[in-house]
Amino acid sequence: MKFLEIAGKDLKAEFRTKQMLNSMMIFAFLVIVIFSFAFGNESSILIPGINRKVVDLLAPGILWIAFTFAGMLGLSRSFAGEKEEGCLEGLKLCPVDRSDIYNGKVLSNAVLMFLMEIITIPIFVILFSYGIKNIPGLLLVVLLGTCGFIFVGTLLSALAVNTRTREILLPVILFPVLLPVILSAVTATGTMLATGEISEIMGEIQLLAVYDVIFFIVAQMVFEYTIED
Amino acid sequence: MTNTETRKDMSKKILYAMTAVLMLISVYMVFSGYSPIPVSTKEATGDPNNFKIFYFHVPIAITAYVAFAIVFASGVMYLRSKQQKWDIIALSAAEVGVIFAFLTLVSGSIWARSAWGDYWVVWDVRLNTSLVLFLIYLSYLMVRQAVEEPEKRARLSAVFGIVGFIGVPLSFMSIRLWNKATIHPVAELNYTTMSPLILTFFVNFAAYLLLVISLIVFKIENEQVKEKVNELKRQKNL
Repeated sequence: MKFLEIAGKDLKAEFRTKQMLNSMMIFAFLVIVIFSFAFGNESSILIPGINRKVVDLLAPGILWIAFTFAGMLGLSRSFAGEKEEGCLEGLKLCPVDRSDIYNGKVLSNAVLMFLMEIITIPIFVILFSYGIKNIPGLLLVVLLGTCGFIFVGTLLSALAVNTRTREILLPVILFPVLLPVILSAVTATGTMLATGEISEIMGEIQLLAVYDVIFFIVAQMVFEYTIED
Repeated sequence: MTNTETRKDMSKKILYAMTAVLMLISVYMVFSGYSPIPVSTKEATGDPNNFKIFYFHVPIAITAYVAFAIVFASGVMYLRSKQQKWDIIALSAAEVGVIFAFLTLVSGSIWARSAWGDYWVVWDVRLNTSLVLFLIYLSYLMVRQAVEEPEKRARLSAVFGIVGFIGVPLSFMSIRLWNKATIHPVAELNYTTMSPLILTFFVNFAAYLLLVISLIVFKIENEQVKEKVNELKRQKNL
C-alpha cells in the first residue's frame, strides 16, 4: 500500500498550487471552444440519408482530442517535476519497491485526468447543445480508455524525462503506442453518444480491457529500468 | 585472422550467397508464368495480374513482424544481461524492420490502387494498424536518437522495444478481430497440397526471411566496425 502514500504526496503538492490541474482543464476547455468556433453552425446541420447531425459524427473525436492533449500536459510534467532538486533520487531511496513508485504516479495522474474529464464532458454538452444517450456506458468507455492512456503514458513519461529532448519526445513516442486505445475508444464513445447500445461495443470494451491489463503488467516489470542509473 | 573468425566470415558469405540465389529464383517464379493468377473475384479484384504483388507483399509484412520480434527479444535479453551485443542486435533489427514495414505499406498501396481503386482506405483497421506499427518503430529510432549515453540509450530503447511490440499482434490479429471494419482479405491458403501458388509463396517467404537476416547481420557488422573506430579514436586522444 506504499503507492498510496506516493500518490498522496503528489496530489497534496498538486492541490496546494493546482498548477497542473488548472492548465489541463483550461486547455481541454480551449480545445472544445476552438472546435465549436471552427465547426460553428455547420455542426447542427442534419446529414440527409443517415438522419444524424454533423456533430454526432465529430463528437467522439473532439472529446478524445481534448482528453489526450490535455492528458499529455499532465503526463509530461509528472516526472519532470521529480527531476528538479533531485526528488527522483529521494524517491528511489525510499524503502519501497520500484513498481510502487509507478503505481503511485499512475494513481495521481489518473485522479488529475478524471477530474479534467468530468469537467470537460459537461462543457462539451453545453457548447454543442448535445444529448448523451448512455451516460454510464460513456463513463465506462472513458474509464477504460483513460486507464490505458495513463498506464502507458506514465511509463513512457518516466522514459522520456531521461532523454535529451524530454517533453518534446513524449508525444512523439506515446501517440503511436496509444493509437489502438484511441481508435477503439473513439468508436465506442461514438456508439455510446449516438445509440447507447452497450451490446454493440463489446468488442471495443474487450480490446480496451485487454490493452489495459497487458500494459499494467508490462509496466510493473520494466518500469524500474526507466529510472535506474 | 583466427580460425573462428574465418569460419564466421565463411558462414556470412554463404548466407549472402544463398539470399541472392533465392531472391533471383523467387523473382523468376513470380514473373515467368509459373505461378498462377487466381481468376475468382474473391481473391483478386481489378486487373488479375495485380495478384503477383501478393508474393512480395505478404512475405515482406511477415518478415517485418519477425524483425520486430527480434527487437522485442533482444530488448528482454539486454535488460536481463546488460550486454551491449543485444542492444546492437535490437538496433539493427529495428532499422531493417522499419524499412520492411514501410515496404509493406508501399506494396499494399500499389495493390490497393489496382484492386480497390484507391491507394489508401481511411478508417480501414488493417491499414491503420500497419501504419501504426511503422510509426511505433519510427519512434523507437527517435528514442535512440534522443539519448547520448550508450548504456542509458540501450536501457531506455529496450524498454520501448518491449512496449512497442504490442503493435505486432495487433496488426496481425486486426483482420481476424475486426473482419467487418476492413476490406483487406485474409490469405486463406491450403498449405497441405504443394500447388504452384503455395510453392511460389514459400520460396518468396524464404527469400525475404533470408534477406532480413542478411541485412540484420550486415548492420550488426557495420555497428561493430563503428564501435572499433570509436575505440581507436578514444585511444588516440588519450
